[in-house]
Amino acid sequence: MTRCIVIAVMLVLAGAAVSQPAPWQDIELRARGQTVNFNAWGGDEKTNAFIQWAGDEVAARHGVKINHVKLRDTAEAVTRVVAEKAAGRNAGGSVDLVWINGPNFLALKQQGLLYGPFAEGLPNYAKVDTTNMRSNVVDFTIPVDGMESPWRRAQIVFVIDGKRVADPPRSVAELLSWAKRHPGRLAHPSVRNFLGVTFLKQALHELAGGASVLQQPATDDNFAKVTAPLWAWYDELRPMLWRKGRQFPDNGPAQRQLMNDGEIDIMVSFNPAEAAVSVNAGLLPPTVRTVVFSRGTIGNTSFVAIPYNAANKEGAMVVANFLLHPATQARAQDYRQTGNFTVLDLAKLSPAERKLFDDLPKSPALPTNAELGASLLEPHASWMTRIAAEWEKRYTN
Amino acid sequence: MGEAVHQLTHLRAAPLVTVAVFLLPVVAGLAGTLLPAFGYLPAIGGLELSLAPWRDLVATPGFATSLAITLLTGIVTPMVAAAIAFCFCAWAHGRPWMRRASAAVTPILATPHSAVAIGLAFVVAPSGWIVRLLSPWATGFDVPPEVATVGDPRGVALIVALLVKEVPYLVLMIVGALAQVRVDAHMAIARSLGYSRASAWMKAIAPQVYRQVRLPIFAVVAFSLSVVDVALVVGPSNPPTLAVLAMRGFTDADVARYFPASAAAVLLFLLVMAVIAAWVTCERVARVLGRRWIAAGARNGASGPVAAAGSLAFAALALLAASSILSMALWSVASQWRFPDALPSAWDVAQWSRRMSALAAPFWTTLATGVVSTLVALVLVVACLENEARMRRRAGTGVLWLLYVPLLVPQIAFLFGAQVLLVRAGLDGTLAAVVWAHLVFVLPYLFLSLCDPWRALDPRYARSAASLGASPLRVLVAVKIPLLSRPLLVACAVAFAVSVAQYLPTVFAGNGLVATLTTEAVTLASGADRRVVGAYATLQALLPMAGFAVAVAWGRGTR
Repeated sequence: MTRCIVIAVMLVLAGAAVSQPAPWQDIELRARGQTVNFNAWGGDEKTNAFIQWAGDEVAARHGVKINHVKLRDTAEAVTRVVAEKAAGRNAGGSVDLVWINGPNFLALKQQGLLYGPFAEGLPNYAKVDTTNMRSNVVDFTIPVDGMESPWRRAQIVFVIDGKRVADPPRSVAELLSWAKRHPGRLAHPSVRNFLGVTFLKQALHELAGGASVLQQPATDDNFAKVTAPLWAWYDELRPMLWRKGRQFPDNGPAQRQLMNDGEIDIMVSFNPAEAAVSVNAGLLPPTVRTVVFSRGTIGNTSFVAIPYNAANKEGAMVVANFLLHPATQARAQDYRQTGNFTVLDLAKLSPAERKLFDDLPKSPALPTNAELGASLLEPHASWMTRIAAEWEKRYTN
Repeated sequence: MGEAVHQLTHLRAAPLVTVAVFLLPVVAGLAGTLLPAFGYLPAIGGLELSLAPWRDLVATPGFATSLAITLLTGIVTPMVAAAIAFCFCAWAHGRPWMRRASAAVTPILATPHSAVAIGLAFVVAPSGWIVRLLSPWATGFDVPPEVATVGDPRGVALIVALLVKEVPYLVLMIVGALAQVRVDAHMAIARSLGYSRASAWMKAIAPQVYRQVRLPIFAVVAFSLSVVDVALVVGPSNPPTLAVLAMRGFTDADVARYFPASAAAVLLFLLVMAVIAAWVTCERVARVLGRRWIAAGARNGASGPVAAAGSLAFAALALLAASSILSMALWSVASQWRFPDALPSAWDVAQWSRRMSALAAPFWTTLATGVVSTLVALVLVVACLENEARMRRRAGTGVLWLLYVPLLVPQIAFLFGAQVLLVRAGLDGTLAAVVWAHLVFVLPYLFLSLCDPWRALDPRYARSAASLGASPLRVLVAVKIPLLSRPLLVACAVAFAVSVAQYLPTVFAGNGLVATLTTEAVTLASGADRRVVGAYATLQALLPMAGFAVAVAWGRGTR
């Protein structure tokens, strides 16, 4: 009992410690007039449009402007922060807010290049699902510790052309046998891209049989043994891939373009609503459907983080908070916008806020929540890095 | 009088200032890349000189293949480009439409490499426009064929994408060089000796012209070996060319990759030097063989058919370029265009107005950067040429080589080093830094386009004006500039087009913060909606063309 009280007191004190330095109103006040350099991958027009919309909204509501710095790869922003640190620019940095997760987050967090903790101090953070959606607090097995704030959720699904795929595969083994029957009609993005390596992680998850080892860092001792079934499977699959696995689409959208051009029939996606979103945007034929593997698929959360030397930290926090607003989240989940499933816990919302989600339009290309199932946790980031390096070594020649 | 002397001393500084403006970033940047290539970059913990970056580079998966593709692209492209350009000029010489054909390639020359490459990636893809036009009625394809065209592992698509732009460039250079040769007299003699048109041109004119287009050909060698934006769009990716490999390293989250990336950049610099040296050696051999060939005196040998074949290749490349640009314009107004439809099945012209707000910022940035860098370059170049005229001393060939330095040194070899310096100076990510980076390329092109007409101006105009009491400044403003308005305007249009096309200098100097049409288009080309990419690529192509149109229209007006 006493222990509970001590813990409660500590929690209160901890909460006070977080909120004390700058009450939210002060932050909003100081944010006014700032222009936030939001570094976010710029390869998806829907997301770009969403960020632009968010920019208009925060400008109108909070007097904060967003300058979307469109990246080819999130690593570019990491590089920039590292370069600025190297050049001794410890204040007034060029990156204010960065769309991040996984290894890029790990890199910045480990080197102490992030500002925070700030996430728990955002008023809308109270509505985030931190219990059922573990990926909101554990980013690729790395505790988030308030150093980044969630804004959208991702889970692996497979998009198939319903007109051409009568028997959609439901496991990686079935995927291999389907590919053997339909050579050249399946692709995955380059493993240098997060979606490509996630495809391999999904396979590893199923083939390694038992995910616990993947939650620990990969070691020199266990990596070869644990991934052996993955490479055996991939050696069989690769010659059956698009372009015989000698060429790969750069990223998800490039892969989707292949699907829209009729070059492939099955593609991997990290957004359960991508099929519906894309049909609506004219980027995929209306015959596409979404399938999920029967033993579940890997899911994770996209975050925004603030570099330690950001010039406009208050503005960045206002944007991060806006991204968590129920109305913002509902708009994001609308497949006519970006179709990103929310990071909020619907049970924590008011009835009016929940109605925003209930009223969202439906589509035959959308999976139901039941079909989607609970997502599997991302393996430790070291697996991803090592798998990517090993793939590069094995298949780049 | 005192004022005039004062003016002159200012003017005397012009060549020095000009050289400093465009060579300083190159030289300093090269040094800034060379040191990390040997492990020295204290900012990220590289404190000792070592060969580790080179070992890491060689150990990069697929390095040998990268090197081979790079060399293949860098050797085949200039050889084929020069061959086609010379064949075309030989075949077309003296034909009445030659002048119009040269005018017709101006839009291709004006269009940035990356815009053409983006269009080409669609045109030649297995599911692209060519196959769509032929399917299913001629090919029987219901689904696209399973072949590799765009991004093929050997880099053939990359070579084609480079040829599409480099051949017209060399044709223009040859046409320019012809003005320095007594073409008509030599052709008349050769024809009277019974040589066919193509044989006469190849044997009497080509050897004289070649000497003058060597530097442009070397620029093509350097560009083909080290291009990044075109290689990102249509080049192989697994493994990519060395330049893209270096670019990947420079943008890796792991800063340790800067070291092997720097080594790759330095290696590219060495490759350019080596290939040019090898080229010069081959020239010697070619000279001996060529003399024998000319002395043999065949009047109507293979030259005719070869020249015709080369011209056909040129026509095919021009058609590819035109359809690439057109295909992107079509995509920008299409709402749906699926395989195997020859044309979009649904149109949506209104999307242009929906995209206007997104397009506006990069459009204005592109325009501002282009106009400012062109104007700065113009002032410096005119000052240099005016100084030259007043000193009555013409710059030697050494200066010509200096001008070509930025075109011969791979961009990736000095831009990283230059970026580090810009960050130190707190200038990175500013528009000023981007303008400066563009000047490195805008200046030489502006100088090269303007120097011949400027020097060719009859000095008696200036002398007459001066004898009437006009000050040197008044002579420049009231006599020379009006007389030279047309070449001045064309040179500005060339310079503007060069600025619009810059990808790597914008990315590095702008620190990713300055978005132009070209950087946006290349970023989006990695897979985004073709309707959007189409809008960017179309604007990217239209803006420089508009520059030329303005130059021509204005030039007519001032006549």
